[in-house]
Amino acid sequence: MTLFLETIIQGISLGSIYALIALGYTMVYGIAKMLNFAHGDIIMVGAYVIYTSVTMATLPAWIGVIISIIFCSALGITIEFLAYKPLRGAPSLNVLITAIGVSYFLQNLALLIFGGNQKAVPVPNMSFLNIKLGSTLSISGETVFTILVTVVLMIALTLFINKTKLGKAMRAVSEDRDAAQLMGINVNRTITVTFAIGSALAAFASLCYGMNYAYIKPTTGSMPGIKAFTAAVFGGIGSISGAMFGGFLMGIFEKLASAYISTQLTDTIVFGVLMIMLVVRPTGLLGKKLNEKV
Amino acid sequence: MEKKLKNLKFNKSDAITLGILVAIFGFFFVMVFTGAASNQMKSMIIPISYNIILAISLNLMVGFLGELSLGHAAFMSVGAYTGAFFSVKLVEAFPGLPIWVYFPLAMLVGGIAAAIAGIIIAIPALRLRGDYLAILTLAFGEIIRNIITNMPILGAAIGFDTGSITPKIAKAQTLLPFAAAAVLITTILILNFVRSKHGRAITAIRDNRIAAEASGINVKFYRMSVFAISAFFAGIAGVMYSHSQTLLKASTFDYNMSIEILVIVVLGGMGNMSGSVIASIIMYMLPEILRDFDSYRMLIYSVLLIGIMLFTSAPKLKNFREKFTFDNIKGIVIDRLKKSKKGGTKNE
Repeated sequence: MTLFLETIIQGISLGSIYALIALGYTMVYGIAKMLNFAHGDIIMVGAYVIYTSVTMATLPAWIGVIISIIFCSALGITIEFLAYKPLRGAPSLNVLITAIGVSYFLQNLALLIFGGNQKAVPVPNMSFLNIKLGSTLSISGETVFTILVTVVLMIALTLFINKTKLGKAMRAVSEDRDAAQLMGINVNRTITVTFAIGSALAAFASLCYGMNYAYIKPTTGSMPGIKAFTAAVFGGIGSISGAMFGGFLMGIFEKLASAYISTQLTDTIVFGVLMIMLVVRPTGLLGKKLNEKV
Repeated sequence: MEKKLKNLKFNKSDAITLGILVAIFGFFFVMVFTGAASNQMKSMIIPISYNIILAISLNLMVGFLGELSLGHAAFMSVGAYTGAFFSVKLVEAFPGLPIWVYFPLAMLVGGIAAAIAGIIIAIPALRLRGDYLAILTLAFGEIIRNIITNMPILGAAIGFDTGSITPKIAKAQTLLPFAAAAVLITTILILNFVRSKHGRAITAIRDNRIAAEASGINVKFYRMSVFAISAFFAGIAGVMYSHSQTLLKASTFDYNMSIEILVIVVLGGMGNMSGSVIASIIMYMLPEILRDFDSYRMLIYSVLLIGIMLFTSAPKLKNFREKFTFDNIKGIVIDRLKKSKKGGTKNE
């Protein structure tokens, strides 16, 4: 029973990270109608920014985190401006290849700058949040923080999308870009804001990743990125609540699979579920069905 | 036979592609068999050959069917492992079996195994397009790699020992004829397929799936066959790889490898087979020639990917592109030449 509860809590913690990343995927997909392959690598960049500012520039950890969030947002906007904006209206295959190029570029740039060895991410100490439940079950402060941050960010994001003018504009653009433009919404600015928010969420994800896994490599971002995308697809891509739901579900599922089925074959099981999901219900659990027009 | 050859459908650009290949492999043959080839050159022949096969088979998928596959390395690994396993067992059963017996057989077996993998992935892939399909192939690639790494019979994480099937002496001389034959046959078959009725059906599906379906093209059948054919040849490339290495590791066939093949296809031009051939040679030779280039190789590839995509498909660059088409440049050069000639005669 303790093992089960521990697995579930670990799963929720991992799922929080997936959910934060999946939100970025799903927002960009919903609004720009493109798969931002480089999104996973922004987590890696965020973690390296924390590493650079704390370990190398000896700033306090919290400042490093703030710098990382600002840097990632700026990076997201830059990538969108340089690589994706010129391709608006181009065939989706070409946009996808560009996104893969950007992802590859970020990975190899990090490899050149920081080398291939793994680096420790200096994260703020969270031991004051440690919780002890009963005699055997204890939850680490990092896990508590990860879950807390994710829940707070999700509430904030939901309020932003539903209550503010910009959020309304985002919903309008994702519904129908041309009609939104006719209504006087600045589509380009809305897409830029989406990239900034998505990348800032990725920076939070890199903080949580650093807390839970401690080490980063240039390729660190790609696997959580792919799994988070899987989570976004699982929940229904383009749907905010779907990404949150899918992220948590994916995290719990992955931890359960590795605890009870097989540690080595976890990836096979997770991706197998994705394949089944794609075949049975490509629009995901909470996604809308899009009709194709000639 | 004569009649069959006439049935092969080629146009000028195909003839150029084949010409390039014959020239390259002719050069390799002369260099290797006269003993003029350096060790570095000998070591490049097999990788260039399987890269060409990989690139044109992926081009069939990306350039002609218009679907992105990020799992090409997985098809290659299926071929590599099946072919190697087959050869190792065959050589165990009949010691001293010459390579010209088991290598072509292994190619066939590996190719068929990869084609089956292609059909398996095509079944869910039939329902998906674009981004989703790319992710599906990526997930499939990861699954294959994960499974191979956990199969003790294939050496698991340590690697599969293929020392008994790779030629120990005169590797380049032994493998070159097979490599040349495989590349030429693959190219002829794929080019012919692309120019045939089936090839036109596939490009029609790429350009407009619904219109193609409405014109009576069996979209499912063609998409599945492209997956199978593309995987088949990737499998053959894998067999070539496994018979030139002494150890197979599943980690080689990762996502990065699929991306490298994609870079070749994009660099050569999607839907352009001779481009793929030339690009695979250049992409393999550049890091060999420029020593310092190796650490920047991947970074440059990624910049190339982005740059080529922006240049070829950004809607705002349309006018700019049209200025620099090959015909336009040719026209401008001819005009200049004519003018300078006229100017020349006036001066006289």
